[in-house]
Amino acid sequence: MSLQASGAVSPAAPSPADPLAQTPLHALHLRLGAKMVPFAGYAMPLHYAAGLLKEHLHTRAAAGFFDVSHMGQIALTTRSGDVAEAAGALEKLVPIDILGLEDGRQRYGFLTDAAGGILDDLMVARLPDRLHVVVNAANKTADLARIQAHLPDGVAATLVPDALIALQGPKAADVLARLAPAVAAMRFMDVRTIDLLGTPCLVSRSGYTGEDGFEIAVPAERAEAVAEALLAAPEVMPVGLGARDSLRLEAGLPLHGSDIDAGTSPVEASLAWAISPARRRGGAREGGFPGADRILAEMKAGPGRRRVGLRPEGRAPVRADAPLFSAEAGGEAVGRVTSGGFGPSLGAPVAMGTLPSVLASPGTRVFAEVRGQRLPLVVSPLPFVPAGFKRG
Amino acid sequence: MLRFTDEHEWLRLDGEVATVGITAHAAEQLGDLVFVELPKVGARLTKGEAAAVVESVKAASDVYAPLSGEVTEVNEAALSDPASVGADPQGAGWLYRLKLDDVSAMDALMDEAAYAAFAK
Repeated sequence: MSLQASGAVSPAAPSPADPLAQTPLHALHLRLGAKMVPFAGYAMPLHYAAGLLKEHLHTRAAAGFFDVSHMGQIALTTRSGDVAEAAGALEKLVPIDILGLEDGRQRYGFLTDAAGGILDDLMVARLPDRLHVVVNAANKTADLARIQAHLPDGVAATLVPDALIALQGPKAADVLARLAPAVAAMRFMDVRTIDLLGTPCLVSRSGYTGEDGFEIAVPAERAEAVAEALLAAPEVMPVGLGARDSLRLEAGLPLHGSDIDAGTSPVEASLAWAISPARRRGGAREGGFPGADRILAEMKAGPGRRRVGLRPEGRAPVRADAPLFSAEAGGEAVGRVTSGGFGPSLGAPVAMGTLPSVLASPGTRVFAEVRGQRLPLVVSPLPFVPAGFKRG
Repeated sequence: MLRFTDEHEWLRLDGEVATVGITAHAAEQLGDLVFVELPKVGARLTKGEAAAVVESVKAASDVYAPLSGEVTEVNEAALSDPASVGADPQGAGWLYRLKLDDVSAMDALMDEAAYAAFAK
């Protein structure tokens, strides 16, 4: 067998000739015995000693520690000090309501292009003196350039060099509250500047695993101390990119570059829910973002194809790029699996893919071609596992 | 006689039937296995063709036929409990048995010491 593919996580790194960047927690990963792999130009932990399966299940049962410092963090600041100027500028690039975002709150969104495709998905937090935007690692250089190119005089966008730590799982709040009691009162998508070990850190109650949890931006030189303090909690296990991918897949969360990309509109991506009412037809600031004509028309008329959840009926995982068919034999491919694997919490294979809207209703049976055979799958609602967010 | 291939399979010969599995080194690299697909009893395998599949959470890996022959038995326990392959890959986690066309072809494969050096 080939052992080359066993460490694969998309997106692939650039050519091996490029030296890999290291996060501020690189030495810690090595001490923890991580298997390091190239990911989006960084050396990143694929898994630690426990292995992907245990890391995944532990995150759902207790708390997982993730280094996501490879992701891009962009600060938008203004010369005047008025954050609304930055919010108004960024609204020209995303179909979400940032002017209406309250101080200390965060919202999910995406950068769209003129054709209505998704250049990247992101989180925007509004703070008293700035916007804090978190984007995907593989796109951060392009995202920063795009944002900078569209900013008016007086608004600046810069990469924030902080480490980014995610603490995810039902015990995450207990663990973090022992370091900073204030986090206990935070709700899903709240953002606060909070002292951890005497260092101000930007803490948001969010993540990408479907669990309650936090993402914590820590100054690079303090990242290891904060990481060690979190890992010292008995509830916490370090978790690599492998389980991060299976957790987000079970949670029905799309991965840019796999499930969504510039060839996918937000409506096709089943992400129309994230388009704020203020930016929709009839909203206070209708349109005014790249691709608005297409996206708003598609919201009204319905898309021709959609991102859906898929549950294989058998035990065999159905993986990315498997073609999808409407029948067990014959016919042309009607869609494609975009992410797929085994869901450890479900004990069964799970996948996401794109299907024509007429085949996208839950309960519809389709077939994926795997090793020359057509395997049945059922279109299923997302997420596959119930979300554990603290909304109250 | 125990032999290994450079594709990380092992064969243990008993008469003219070889038991085939994946090596401990391969199992460690693959991580927790969640799905196993095996050839059908009676299937003819040609050396180098994809004969079985082992899948971890992340990835599917083909297991190639290490030599040519006919499948005489498959490990049903591996199908129902894929984790058993990873737990004891060179014992209870064997995959299938192959009646070799040419037993002498075993001689061209690596012995344990040669494989250990190869897999380093």
